[in-house]
Amino acid sequence: MRKVWDIHGGVHPPESKTQSNHCAIASIELAEELVLPLSQHIGAPSTAVVTVGDRVLKGQLIAEAQGLISAPIHASTSGTVTAIEQRPIAHPSGMTADCIVLKPDGLEEWIEIDACNDYKALEKTEILAKIRGAGISGMGGAGFPAAVKLNPRPNQKITTLILNGTECEPYITADDMLMREHANEIIAGALLLAHLLDNPSEILVGIEDNKPEAIATMQAAAENTAVEIVVFPTKYPSGGEKQLIEIVTGKQVPSGALPASIGIVVQNVGSAFAAWRAVRFGEPLISRVTTVVGESLALQRNIEVPLGTPIQHILQQHGWQQENAARLIIGGPMMGYTVESPLVPVVKTTNCILAPSRQEVPEQPPAQPCIRCGMCAEACPASLLPQQLFWFAQSENYEKLREHDLFDCIECGACSYVCPSNIPLVQYYRASKSEIRIIDADKQKSDRARVRFEARKARIEQAEAEKEAKRVARKIAAEQAKRLADEKKALAGPQGTATTTSSELADKASTAAKPTDVDPATELAKLERALSSAQSRQERATASLTDMQREDPDNTARIESLQARLKQAQLKVNEAEQKLGSFKAAQNSVVATETIIKQKLTSSPLEQLQKSVDTIGKRLTTARQKLAEAEAAGTPTVEALRQGVAKLQQKLDTSERELVEAKAATSTASEVATEVNSDHNKTLSAADIAIEKAKAKAAAQANMSDTEKRAAQLTSLQSRLTKARERLAKAEAENNENIDAFRIGVEKLEVKLAEAKEDVKEKA
Amino acid sequence: MAFIKITSPHAHKPGNTGSVMQTVLLATLPGIAVLTAFFGPGTLVNILLTSLFCLAFEAAFLALRKKRIAFYLKDYSALVTAFLLALALPPYAPWWLIATGSLFAIVIAKQLYGGLGYNPFNPAMVGYIVLLISFPLEMSSWPAASPTLSDGAQLPGIIATLQQVFLGVPIDGYTGATPLDLLKQNQSQLISDLYANTSAFNQGRWAGAGWEWVNLAFLGGGIFLLYKKIFTWHAPIAMLASLGLLAALFYDGGSSTSSGSPLFHWLSGATMLGAFFIVTDPVTSAVSVRGRLIYGALVGALVFIIRVWGNYPDAMAFAVLLMNFAAPFIDYYTKPRTYGHKSGPKSQA
Amino acid sequence: MIELFTEQPIISALIALGGLAAVFGAVLGFAAIKFKVEGDPLVEQIDELLPQTQCGQCGYPGCRPYAQAIVDGDPINKCPPGGHTTIAALANLLDVEAPALDEEHGEESEVKKVAYIREDECIGCTKCIQACPVDAILGAAKQMHTVIVSECTGCDLCVEPCPVDCIDMLPIETGIAGWKWDMPAPAHIIASDKIPHSADASTTKQEDAA
Repeated sequence: MRKVWDIHGGVHPPESKTQSNHCAIASIELAEELVLPLSQHIGAPSTAVVTVGDRVLKGQLIAEAQGLISAPIHASTSGTVTAIEQRPIAHPSGMTADCIVLKPDGLEEWIEIDACNDYKALEKTEILAKIRGAGISGMGGAGFPAAVKLNPRPNQKITTLILNGTECEPYITADDMLMREHANEIIAGALLLAHLLDNPSEILVGIEDNKPEAIATMQAAAENTAVEIVVFPTKYPSGGEKQLIEIVTGKQVPSGALPASIGIVVQNVGSAFAAWRAVRFGEPLISRVTTVVGESLALQRNIEVPLGTPIQHILQQHGWQQENAARLIIGGPMMGYTVESPLVPVVKTTNCILAPSRQEVPEQPPAQPCIRCGMCAEACPASLLPQQLFWFAQSENYEKLREHDLFDCIECGACSYVCPSNIPLVQYYRASKSEIRIIDADKQKSDRARVRFEARKARIEQAEAEKEAKRVARKIAAEQAKRLADEKKALAGPQGTATTTSSELADKASTAAKPTDVDPATELAKLERALSSAQSRQERATASLTDMQREDPDNTARIESLQARLKQAQLKVNEAEQKLGSFKAAQNSVVATETIIKQKLTSSPLEQLQKSVDTIGKRLTTARQKLAEAEAAGTPTVEALRQGVAKLQQKLDTSERELVEAKAATSTASEVATEVNSDHNKTLSAADIAIEKAKAKAAAQANMSDTEKRAAQLTSLQSRLTKARERLAKAEAENNENIDAFRIGVEKLEVKLAEAKEDVKEKA
Repeated sequence: MAFIKITSPHAHKPGNTGSVMQTVLLATLPGIAVLTAFFGPGTLVNILLTSLFCLAFEAAFLALRKKRIAFYLKDYSALVTAFLLALALPPYAPWWLIATGSLFAIVIAKQLYGGLGYNPFNPAMVGYIVLLISFPLEMSSWPAASPTLSDGAQLPGIIATLQQVFLGVPIDGYTGATPLDLLKQNQSQLISDLYANTSAFNQGRWAGAGWEWVNLAFLGGGIFLLYKKIFTWHAPIAMLASLGLLAALFYDGGSSTSSGSPLFHWLSGATMLGAFFIVTDPVTSAVSVRGRLIYGALVGALVFIIRVWGNYPDAMAFAVLLMNFAAPFIDYYTKPRTYGHKSGPKSQA
Repeated sequence: MIELFTEQPIISALIALGGLAAVFGAVLGFAAIKFKVEGDPLVEQIDELLPQTQCGQCGYPGCRPYAQAIVDGDPINKCPPGGHTTIAALANLLDVEAPALDEEHGEESEVKKVAYIREDECIGCTKCIQACPVDAILGAAKQMHTVIVSECTGCDLCVEPCPVDCIDMLPIETGIAGWKWDMPAPAHIIASDKIPHSADASTTKQEDAA
């Protein structure tokens, strides 16, 4: 006999299992319509691969998995796809979701499936693919795709495989009956899963001691195999994954980690059974054993039912007195959820349909004040303090809730069960958990938005800086050119003299430019000093943090503050580096433009043009000579040579014209420079303008009454319309290709305006 | 047809706050019977009056706070407060004293804080302390237990009791020093002499005539509540253990300055009433198992310290109120280790 | 020495006080240098709490400038996207009363929205791209633009610049994955005392039935 451990807390609700486990697993008539939700498991919903009107065969893939954590769905019987639409599904929200609706033809025509006599001959990846392809997901309630658990990370050696046959929830006997009737296949499934997990040293099946028949058959089936049946006392919630692990191994799964992290994999017995069927016979998961129970039913038992069967159909087959039922529960009375509509279908996780009478599950009396009796804390299997959690949940103190390990709550309901004040504790925890998750998601998103905003700002600033540098350079060049032209006029001498002075002028220009900035060398040095000091600060912070972590690792507060300091220092360093980088970049661009100016000035465009006129002239002369020679000799290349001469003549003409133009341009350069200057002021980013506008709008909207607001909206719409019309007219004039888009925009605005006018009229 | 949408669990353990409180009331009955047997009908009149006043004040304040009166009265918490206050007050206390105590217990200590579950201090003990400090004379006149009455004297009848309570007509020779008073006032006698010479002790067996049986009766009630799982054993046992331990340490074999044996401390004054009916008040005590152990042990220590070195002969109420202050603090440092965590929650750092 | 002190009580008192002042002054001075707080973490903390929509409704060009402005004494109720939650968080951080939202800067929206570009109508003018403060719009000149939904903060700064009015602010769909349990109706906190007495205990039931 293996040693079993006890878990903290737990409760002993009435087991109520005898009314449904007295007869064998039965089957019922096929429903007229099967509804197969695309999301029957944890993870991404699958995508339909059939279309409306398709005929499908039993076991045919109708929706395939999306991504790793997902599962495919197969047709539960042969028939026709009549719709793919939103239908109510078994979910506590009572919402609808995408479902494939199947009309059975009653032929039960199987698709070809491929059986496998010896799975050991297969590659493990092949077996895994078979299990994944069969759409098997955890059948105990949560519905985690089974194949994912069976494929642990390479660094995680699985030492224990546990099959969960606990079934600690009252009323449910589906696993009990499955173990009684299919013990051999479950054991075979266990060995198959063990094979996949590299034969863990222990293969355990955990069963509560209130199922003696199941224990006996399972023990008989497990004889002479590596599988060991572990029997432990009945207590709710022993069947919780973490609780079961503690009971049979004495280990606790670290908070926030998966069982695989301590070398354990847990699978439901139903999942093991389904995996065996999938590998051995190639059968996908298209039906399951479900307990149909509750005093509003004439017949209470377990049935094997095709997935997608509407619950209403099942209940009607069991003599349901609808008027006597107050609620419909999917799952057991402790963790099951109610559904509002009996039309929801059975899915892979539906282990029980509980239709209690009003006397059986009476309405909860209103909650009384918490008297902190502590019964909840005694019952909590996670050793939490439910009364404190309740207190903090009520006051929405999310920080305290986290401190009190709210996220280790498994929502088993033991606390609510024992609460003498009838407080719906679990609902408080569920609501708080989702609230905290939303807050976290928002925080993440806002952090990302901050990063993106800062990055954008930095980018715009850099562009601005570069533009500024270019502008300065252009200005200098223009001034230079102007002065040059003036001097030229004054000298009125030959162009050669101008060339000699231009290099001096360039030097002057660069020196003149410098005083407008701070001396770049000193600025650079300053920034470099800042960077090095920031770096040394960071080093110090790192050093003291490592010291602290080594010497006093428990002092989390101090460590946190040190970490914060380190982070700050890092930020500083980054900032300094950025500043330095952008300064250097700006400097470089200034220097670059300076050299270009210098080059251009030393060989001014006028001179260059003059030179090119000269060379072209020379080439023209030689070409003419060659032409004359050729004509004299009567060579056949005369024609080509003549063309060359003509081309050169043309070139010479353009060059000369350019020269004249350039001379004129130098005089207008100064004007251009001023224009550039004024242009720069217009480069406010569009965002700034939008913000300005939004600000103005918001300010105007303040202190306005409702009608005034509407009037303001009206005017703004009108102005937008006028603007749009102008744009349209302009586009029409230019024959712009986007005319249609503009026109639609105008029309839409007109409609909007009309609506707004209507609205104003109505309200007036 | 739409069915109701309601969160799990759908099953619920039978019983509610009202039934918990009723069980507590039931468990006080043996104590009440023994008190009446030894001290006459004064206790019964106390209970009657505190119940009337407490329920009246509770109802009035619920009405003022626009709450549903019947719904809240049905939790029986006001009645429990009334019973505990009545058992703590000396029998034959004047009616106005009882009214004042009820007023402070229900209105000041409970309703003004938000009603049941929100009061940081035990309401009955607040009422008791207010009276003890304001009316020391009335509060210290305990009747003599029946075995110690001088020859011929009898316990007062119901008429005399009512006259004393409502009209202030004194009952002849009815007060007497309690064993705790005697020990406190003891100057020169060895404990064994004290036991032999005073009627309060020589008529009794272990810790004073009458009182020892009262305490045993409350112990019985407490064991009943433990059996009923109304509370856990941690706080009361820790309290009794620390009280007994300190008493044993300072007993010194029974000299004239001795502070009394552990048995004496366990079975005198309000020890058992306190241990099983007041220390276990869930609202005002610590919540975790470790917290309750600490809470109970410190109450026991304070009881001993105040009894022996303080100004008052008994100390249950003071000890409990002082520890009520400390309960949130104890809670903060005694959070249990959650499943899958290495140590308790973060905030312990 | 001791005699001198006992004989001259005033002088000795002065010496003692002066000495103490010097010692504590030195300690404080040392602490001020040794434990000097780098930068201005308060701005960081405030910026952490702001919703980072960068919408400019507060009148500042982004959330961080507003955080700086709050440190410099600006009221904390100018952020409509954050709404009451943000104001409460800021009030908690700065230990002040939480004021109501200043409606001058806009109203708190009930539902979160994201921008959506009707892509067949987009003419590819890039105006919205320039207006987006978080680079959440993708596209190039003469090419259709689209919004990266996961990055959009719903600031609606892109709606106005669009020349063909093809941007809508659509509420984010929650669907079954985003569904959550509601808190049970508060039954017994003191604040509920103001609610008429019929509402306190019976609401739990009604809520559940609803």
